Amino acid sequence: MNYSGKIEDFFPTLRILNVQGHVVDNQRKPEMTNDQLRELMRRMVYTRIWDQRALSLNRQGRLGFYAPVAGQEASMVASQFAMDKGDWLLPSYRDIPQLVWHGLPLYKAFLYSKGHFEGGQYPKELNAVMPQIIIGAQATQTAGIALGLKKRGKSQIAFCYFGDGATSQGDVYEAMNFAGVYKAPAVFICQNNRFAISVPVEKQTAAETLAQKAVAAGIRGIQVDGMDPLAVYAAAKEAREHAIAGKGPTLIETLTYRYGPHTMAGDDPTRYRTDELTNEWEKQDPLVRFRLYLEQQGIWSREDEEQTSEQAKKDVAKALKQADGVPKQKVTDLLGNMYEKPTQAIKEQIEQYSAREGDQR
Amino acid sequence: MTQMTMIQAITDAMRTELRNDENVLVFGEDVAKNGGVFRATEGLYDEFGEERVFDTPLAESGIGGLALGLALQNYRPIMEIQFFGFVFEAMDSVASQLARLRYRSGGMYHAPVTVRSPFGGGVKTPELHADNLEGLFAQCPGLKVVIPSNPYDAKGLLISAIRDNDPVIFLEHMKLYRSFREEVPEDAYTIEIGKAKIVREGKDISIITYGAMVRTAFKAAEQLSKEGIECELIDLRTISPLDTETITNSIKKTNRAVVVQEAQKQAGIGAQVIAEINDRALLHLDAPVGRVTAPDSVFPFAAAEDVWLPNEKDIIDKVKETITF
Repeated sequence: MNYSGKIEDFFPTLRILNVQGHVVDNQRKPEMTNDQLRELMRRMVYTRIWDQRALSLNRQGRLGFYAPVAGQEASMVASQFAMDKGDWLLPSYRDIPQLVWHGLPLYKAFLYSKGHFEGGQYPKELNAVMPQIIIGAQATQTAGIALGLKKRGKSQIAFCYFGDGATSQGDVYEAMNFAGVYKAPAVFICQNNRFAISVPVEKQTAAETLAQKAVAAGIRGIQVDGMDPLAVYAAAKEAREHAIAGKGPTLIETLTYRYGPHTMAGDDPTRYRTDELTNEWEKQDPLVRFRLYLEQQGIWSREDEEQTSEQAKKDVAKALKQADGVPKQKVTDLLGNMYEKPTQAIKEQIEQYSAREGDQR
Repeated sequence: MTQMTMIQAITDAMRTELRNDENVLVFGEDVAKNGGVFRATEGLYDEFGEERVFDTPLAESGIGGLALGLALQNYRPIMEIQFFGFVFEAMDSVASQLARLRYRSGGMYHAPVTVRSPFGGGVKTPELHADNLEGLFAQCPGLKVVIPSNPYDAKGLLISAIRDNDPVIFLEHMKLYRSFREEVPEDAYTIEIGKAKIVREGKDISIITYGAMVRTAFKAAEQLSKEGIECELIDLRTISPLDTETITNSIKKTNRAVVVQEAQKQAGIGAQVIAEINDRALLHLDAPVGRVTAPDSVFPFAAAEDVWLPNEKDIIDKVKETITF
């Protein structure tokens, strides 16, 4: 590519649906059946309701660590919607919806939130790695998985999620660079929700866009309206096809916003952003926009909305009950998962802690 | 049987396993056409091609992440950190990510990754090449740390490390790479990780050490023997997990011990060995356990290495001090 002029001009924001739910870019509009459109809407609504329930359960002390997702549904759910079942998913701690829509049972997500080791025991058929806490570490692992898929000759790719702050980490650059060198089938999705906890993206980098960070790694980069599910889906689908065709990885920057705090562990967004800004972003809301679009098509109704909402509430209650029913974890469980065969020291410690198993401390 | 240097034995171990298991991969900086800066991977690229033996961009953290991802695609990666002083760049990818994969997944995933790296003093490298950082990794649950002291052990231990289903840090002392040759079988053989070796039997005192200090301690023991002190010399070979059984049995026989490490003193393997002796055999001791280490400075600039590194005389003096306590 010949970059002459300002670099950011090469990364215009892809938008397909405007806030009124009108198609503004017919050429890039992805081919989706009505069933697919309805399913994507259903998943976004479901995710919003589940997120609301999770916040409330967290406040009641019935859930543990939780990073709210409201505002990011298009960015998360519509990009995951472009994945094939066999694709690998490498999420960060906020990307629980993608895990669930990729096949993680909801009660497992709750076990993860509660800090129970069974929350990391994924079903065999789910190709995903547990949510990453270290910012950007999942990106280098994505390069490895993608290289492995390429070596194995599989038509699967690896999807990696991280936030705007992660683009400052060396690991994210290393990952894009490695994947670029090996032409590994990976898609890096940078959800730019404007704030890395409290630090605004303007203080994260002097670059005008995050998508342009692909340039230095020699890979494809694209910026999309992250509040527009069709734009996110189209970009993810294109990136997937590009990777499957052996043309290498893509970095997708989704412009989005989290309405809530960074996590439910005491973050107070009023310290670093204004209500005006949040209100501005809420006007872009992905659910509102997509609902308008589907209603105009006559394929989404009030009943669909209510049914989805009821289903989500029911499923959350059921999943929480299931998670609560899992036996408490023991120190011996943790010791048993340190090595394939316990070392002498671990054998001794298992014996020591087995004796206290009844304690339930 | 062939005479091999330690580095030849290491290359031979990788060649053996690349032949045995198509899932074994070798990668790192300069390991392909160049055969590694020490030639540890000499000939492997020619024999197995770029699919199996390949160069990476120059980024240690990326190498660790790559290894984890490849492990999740059922490969058995051997990743090289060009010099162990560079491992700080890969601290997260090794100590937080590879080490915890089995634990975080509740045993669903594992990382059969071997992290090979040259280290160790006496060859006058620039700074941050030779540092004895093994203690940092011995403190990480989920990792194993292996340090061979000779060509025969190097091959058997490296094959075990490659076949191990948990991540193994395999540290190759640079001074031992070409300092001597010994008989090494051409076939595959393994030496159990976590098993120490009694290099020399003796009744008066146990010297417990690993890596290049085994040779130094052996010379000290030979000298002491001439003075009537018979040392039992234990080569730990694996510093995590420790072979506490061999250590304890030896203490029960000799009732005295000196631990020797090339690393600086603070929170080292020597301290851990002493703590294990206290837990398991304290009442068998006739004297406090002696400790020979480097001082608590940063690994020295090349011109200061000779005075910084523990030597034969340091060991002899400490043994005598412990014997006459």
